[in-house]
Amino acid sequence: MASKTANPSTVPFADAPINASLTGEQKIDLLRTMVRIRRFEQTSLKYYHDGHIGGFLHLYIGQESVAVGSISLLGEHDHVITAYRDHGHALSVGMGMDECMAELFGKKTGCSKGKGGSMHYFAPDKNYWGGHGIVGGQTPLGAGLAFALKYKGLKGCCLCYLGDGAINQGAFHEALNLASLWDLPVVYIIENNGYSMGTSQARSSAFPKEGLAARAEGYNMAWAKIEGVSLYEIRAGVQEAVARAHNESKPTMLEIMTYRHKGHSVADANAEKYRTKEEIQRYMNEHDPIEFWKNVLIGEGVITEDDYKAINKEAGAEAEASAAFAIKSPYPDESEIFDDIYWEVDNHTEAGRTGRHFFHG
Amino acid sequence: MPREITYREALREGLDEEIARDENVCLMGEEVAQYNGAYKVTEGLWKKWGDKRIIDAPISEAGFIGMGIGASMLGIRPVMELMFYSFAYVAFDQMMNNAATCRYMSGGLINCPIVVRGPANGGTNVGATHSHTPENIFANMPGLKVVTPSNPYDAKGLIKSAIRDNDPVYFMESTVLYGMTGLVPSNDELEGGELIVPIGKAKVAREGSDLTLIAHGRAVVTSLAAAEILGAQHGISVEVVDLRSIRPLDEETIMESVRKTHRAIYVEENKPFCGVGAQISSMIMEQAFDDLDAPVLRITSADAPAFYSPPIEKLQLPNADEIVARALTIC
Ligand SMILES: Cc1ncc(C[n+]2csc(CCOP(=O)(O)OP(=O)(O)O)c2C)c(N)n1
Ligand SMILES: [Mg+2]
Repeated sequence: MASKTANPSTVPFADAPINASLTGEQKIDLLRTMVRIRRFEQTSLKYYHDGHIGGFLHLYIGQESVAVGSISLLGEHDHVITAYRDHGHALSVGMGMDECMAELFGKKTGCSKGKGGSMHYFAPDKNYWGGHGIVGGQTPLGAGLAFALKYKGLKGCCLCYLGDGAINQGAFHEALNLASLWDLPVVYIIENNGYSMGTSQARSSAFPKEGLAARAEGYNMAWAKIEGVSLYEIRAGVQEAVARAHNESKPTMLEIMTYRHKGHSVADANAEKYRTKEEIQRYMNEHDPIEFWKNVLIGEGVITEDDYKAINKEAGAEAEASAAFAIKSPYPDESEIFDDIYWEVDNHTEAGRTGRHFFHG
Repeated sequence: MPREITYREALREGLDEEIARDENVCLMGEEVAQYNGAYKVTEGLWKKWGDKRIIDAPISEAGFIGMGIGASMLGIRPVMELMFYSFAYVAFDQMMNNAATCRYMSGGLINCPIVVRGPANGGTNVGATHSHTPENIFANMPGLKVVTPSNPYDAKGLIKSAIRDNDPVYFMESTVLYGMTGLVPSNDELEGGELIVPIGKAKVAREGSDLTLIAHGRAVVTSLAAAEILGAQHGISVEVVDLRSIRPLDEETIMESVRKTHRAIYVEENKPFCGVGAQISSMIMEQAFDDLDAPVLRITSADAPAFYSPPIEKLQLPNADEIVARALTIC
């Protein structure tokens, strides 16, 4: 629970080794990343309403600590894959606001050249494998990334994120079985924000009282439930799972309790119907991960309120600049429609030149 | 010396050679390892290569094929066996949404060098759920390749190309063909020391001048039998074009043949509605209309789910007599 003046000695998990070793600068970086995600999304929302952005826009506001805390633990051979609520993970792995904003605007300079949109961000050079629009569809891929690491003998893991609604997809259960059966170094992170679109967890999932992740028991897999408001708690919990993957090549299922402040997507007309205004307000006031972390850092004497304001202002300016970049970027050319379909065609190989690949016109 | 080997052995040789060539190639599927393969295609490979390269998967097509797609994004080259291609429908989301579109949606940052192979045929009295022929369905999706070898030589040469290809290749075999024998050169008599058949090049399986039968997979065998009858009993000289792959498609070979014979029939074991023949006949109509002396015909499986009863199921599939009868209506 967030309190306005957190006392450093009483913040749970602050003394976990993975947190105790954080420098002040690193703690500020974590804050900065969360704030950048929020400003990025608030800015995108503005331009969505302006008509600059089409389609779906699933905002991560309220959940920033989950991606930032867990991804902050990763190293060279660790990989990330998630669903369509993917902006936070993208900025956490180090993607830039410019390419992310331009993608929303459908511009050529977007991270997917305007071909993926909000739900389909990718950055393989940063070990980020999307951005997937089919609920639960990414979960076997996450097992596959872990399989590849193990096959190549690399010490790494894959963090595979999914929603509390996605846990009911069959493909996820198949992936869990494979991950446990074959000792794959994958960490499934259920971001439990309580709702899948307008359906509450209680109306969508049958699960033991210990929580959703307890389903892992059936697959003989380690699991844990983590309160998601505090970066300290997330980092301490996820670190255990990452270590299990690195050292024992074993999977884990984590459930991180969180909350989205906005509707399911910007197009969610019922955002305040399936949840009460009071509930939303309570989470915004008492469970905001940015507020919480800011207060922890002020309590620890790492930052002042003015430092926070400066970080916020800087992030807001960066987000506005990315929107300006997106606006002045060109749209893709019509000629790009047939690029990026076949590797062999794109790379002008013998195979790419053999036979007709496209059948329009 | 060219050897007579079976289609099954030809596939196995191709797989074995690719596993030896590239350490990232692994084979996965239900019963492929310790059981030696449901159709013995992979017989002996587990014993030779061990657990890392030849992997028995649980009955979990969406799970293990999705996993293979994920692994392929990181450079593994998994060859996934479907016990029946009918089971692809259980993994459809992974095969259509993930393998086919990740490259596009990432603006070309990703590619999935995966092969999904297995038998895609009817005619074995196993009922409708085990008799699907989904080549038209998968070929409909840009980003995918669909390969359908009709004989041992092509089976070996094409599986090797499929594994080396950097895009997802859906490789459709036939349980009816697994025991078929044919001449396949041994590596020491080949220039380059190995048999490679490029994907996207059709083969004129039989030359002729009066009519072109175009086909893929086992329908090529049926077409060749019909061609014999048409020649011997009706004096009609039939050319047979084996597509070998449906996407990419060798349209030059098709059009060249049609321009020569002026008559074409597409023969396939697919269903008629939006089948492969529908696509090809439309292309012939657009590109070679003036060369045609008769409408392009299509001979397909009956437009019904596969019948179990053996004598009736036989009637559902194209056979040589049906091809002869339809050919006589346009020749
Ligand atoms: C297979 C599939 N079914 C339905 C949808 C539509 N849909 C998109 S998100 C969503 C809710 C998912 O909720 P959850 O998994 O809890 O994730 P959250 O949105 O809360 O992050 C639904 C029904 C979809 N994209 N894919
Ligand atoms: Mg949810």
